Amino acid sequence: MYNELKNHILKLFGSNTRLDGRSFTEYRKPFKVETGFTNTAEGSARVILGKTEVLAGVKMEIMEPYPDTQDEGSIMVGAELLPLSNPEFELGPPGIQAIELARVVDRGIRESKCIDFKKLCITEGEKAWVIVIDICPINDAGNLLDVSALAAVAAIKSAKFPKFNGEKIDYKEKTNKGIELGDLPMSVTVIKIGDKYLIDPDSDEEKVVDARLTVASLSDGTLCAMQKGGDYPLAAEDIEKMIDIGLEKGKELRKLVK
Amino acid sequence: MTYKTRADGRKFDETRKIEAKVGIIPNADGSAYFKIGNTWAYAAVYGPRNLHPKFLQDPSKGILRCNYNMMPFSSSGERVRPGGSRRSKEISMVTEKALLPVLDLVEYPNSVVDVFIELPQTEAGSRCAGICAASMALADAGLAMKDLVAAISVGRVDDKIVVDLNYLEESYPDGPVADIPVAMMPNQGKITLLQMDGLISKDNLKKALEMAKKACKDIYEIQKKALKEKYRTEAEEQV
Amino acid sequence: MSEIKVKDKDIVVPGEVVALGMDIFPGSGTYREGENIISARLGLVQIDGRTIKLIPLSGRYIPKKFDTIICKVTDVSLNGWRLDTNSPYQAMLPMKEATSQFIPRGADLTQFYDIGDYIVCKIFNVTSQKLVDVTMRGVGLSKLKGGRTIQVESNKVPRIVGKQGSMVSMIKDATGCNIIVGQNGLVWINGTPENELLAIKSIRKIEEESHLSGLTDKIKEFLDNGKAKPSV
Repeated sequence: MYNELKNHILKLFGSNTRLDGRSFTEYRKPFKVETGFTNTAEGSARVILGKTEVLAGVKMEIMEPYPDTQDEGSIMVGAELLPLSNPEFELGPPGIQAIELARVVDRGIRESKCIDFKKLCITEGEKAWVIVIDICPINDAGNLLDVSALAAVAAIKSAKFPKFNGEKIDYKEKTNKGIELGDLPMSVTVIKIGDKYLIDPDSDEEKVVDARLTVASLSDGTLCAMQKGGDYPLAAEDIEKMIDIGLEKGKELRKLVK
Repeated sequence: MTYKTRADGRKFDETRKIEAKVGIIPNADGSAYFKIGNTWAYAAVYGPRNLHPKFLQDPSKGILRCNYNMMPFSSSGERVRPGGSRRSKEISMVTEKALLPVLDLVEYPNSVVDVFIELPQTEAGSRCAGICAASMALADAGLAMKDLVAAISVGRVDDKIVVDLNYLEESYPDGPVADIPVAMMPNQGKITLLQMDGLISKDNLKKALEMAKKACKDIYEIQKKALKEKYRTEAEEQV
Repeated sequence: MSEIKVKDKDIVVPGEVVALGMDIFPGSGTYREGENIISARLGLVQIDGRTIKLIPLSGRYIPKKFDTIICKVTDVSLNGWRLDTNSPYQAMLPMKEATSQFIPRGADLTQFYDIGDYIVCKIFNVTSQKLVDVTMRGVGLSKLKGGRTIQVESNKVPRIVGKQGSMVSMIKDATGCNIIVGQNGLVWINGTPENELLAIKSIRKIEEESHLSGLTDKIKEFLDNGKAKPSV
């Protein structure tokens, strides 16, 4: 369906350039991370990368700890691909693309251990905090995975606990206490078209991706989550090179959330 | 009991601070946001476009489809479970009825104009904010419209008639309250949305609707400015 | 007394009173209500003697008879092709309109145009239900090979083309690109990577500033600056 587009993109690769003139490892501009766009949520962030814009919000709820982790709270990540953001998105319950997005962002945060679940416990076996992160794209111009992951992390970083008197949460009163955070995960999706590796694909490039690898990493280069996508296989050498790119770009992203 | 002053210091006929901007969602055919106090609505218009399934198509004209949705983190209380509710379905429907009278969709048989309203933050007056945003987005999308549509809630708090009830006034504990969302075609003065819950006399309702008319005219000026601003900023850059 | 309340090139929104009086004629984009002539869309004022009309600044393309458009093939059937016209309505290219050659019955139509191909065609019929028929028989109508296609506001196409093609010719000369502008808002560009990018950027600039004056000079300057730098 997109043969002409793919042929043209491959032709541009011959001149080491992309459809919009960027280099293979260049992020679009503008690239902004803003926190606190709303005061109804406990935490919020908005990320703009080129024409892609995503909002993320944090709400905190009280839950009964799970039976096998009586002294721990939890996180939950939800994502809805709002039809507002892309003419291809339809109304209805989250489809597989939204589900994958939410789960990949969740894994990055959960496995990084940036949130110590034990610290979310209020009373063992009875009450613990659950941090709920919701991702809502405003405009999808490509690379929702990375923009959403960044927005989620920035929202968590800016979040403050609401007042809790032991029985009921008063959402109207926020405390000054934020979530104690460890090393934050930075998520980079590297795509492969033909024999080239690119980051930050735009909508056109996403249509002709052969394979993609999302890499979440910590500041010392430890990998904490990965996801391969796309219809084509990747050789071991591809994966190694893509991880290297993911780690390098992760360092760049980390500076934006400082 | 008398309602002496409003908690946020406003005059009885004063709306909360309003901010509006057009053309903020590049993928959409038309888009806008409308912020009133702490209530913030985005609207995107896609259309006229292909309509499936076929049995929904109208061979005599295009149809309008509106969807109102609150983002999970938008409420000033608990998280809103995604997926809509009966309330959001009803608001979607009255929004559609509020916007349809200004549109002329005869040029687009068998097609649909989709309006998506999303709210990242809500604190009273959300359906009205959604309608104000949607109306600008429809104009931005180049659709034929007799007028814009402006909307505001008016009502009664105890012994006073007020414009733009905030959250505290909606749930005022010390006396009777009436909350009346109104949408109007501001230049013709015709009402396209009218709902009410609470207690109010017929005379007070008349007064409230008069105040709504004036408030909607003021909102129209803000919507007009936002639409023109999208093109003016480029002109100013040239100077 | 009659009065026109706006000037040429003003931007007006729906519901605004643009003129007063029974001897002023409401052109397209406006309607009369009593003494008033009112704007019926977001548009640019154009005053022509005693007629006032509004030029649309936005709006999806609606197929019109005799338009030359760029379409994408979405389906191949036994007797023709179904096309995406960048509008709410698909078009049909019947077998006998596909080419000036004779196509025998039962031939494999994908040999001519396959799914995903872009073609330049001409609309020869639009029914009241907006069923669209196109033809490929005519000068300048053909399959597009190579190059890339971008989408622009169909209302801006006249500005992108310019008077007698002057604007698009200027871009073609400056960038050496082959450019075809479809009236449905699809534009096909074929050239070297840097020049394609420069052509696209100048077209986007025309789109954004189409309602302002002095556009030709601004675009000329933009193209000259763009060519001076080797990488834009």
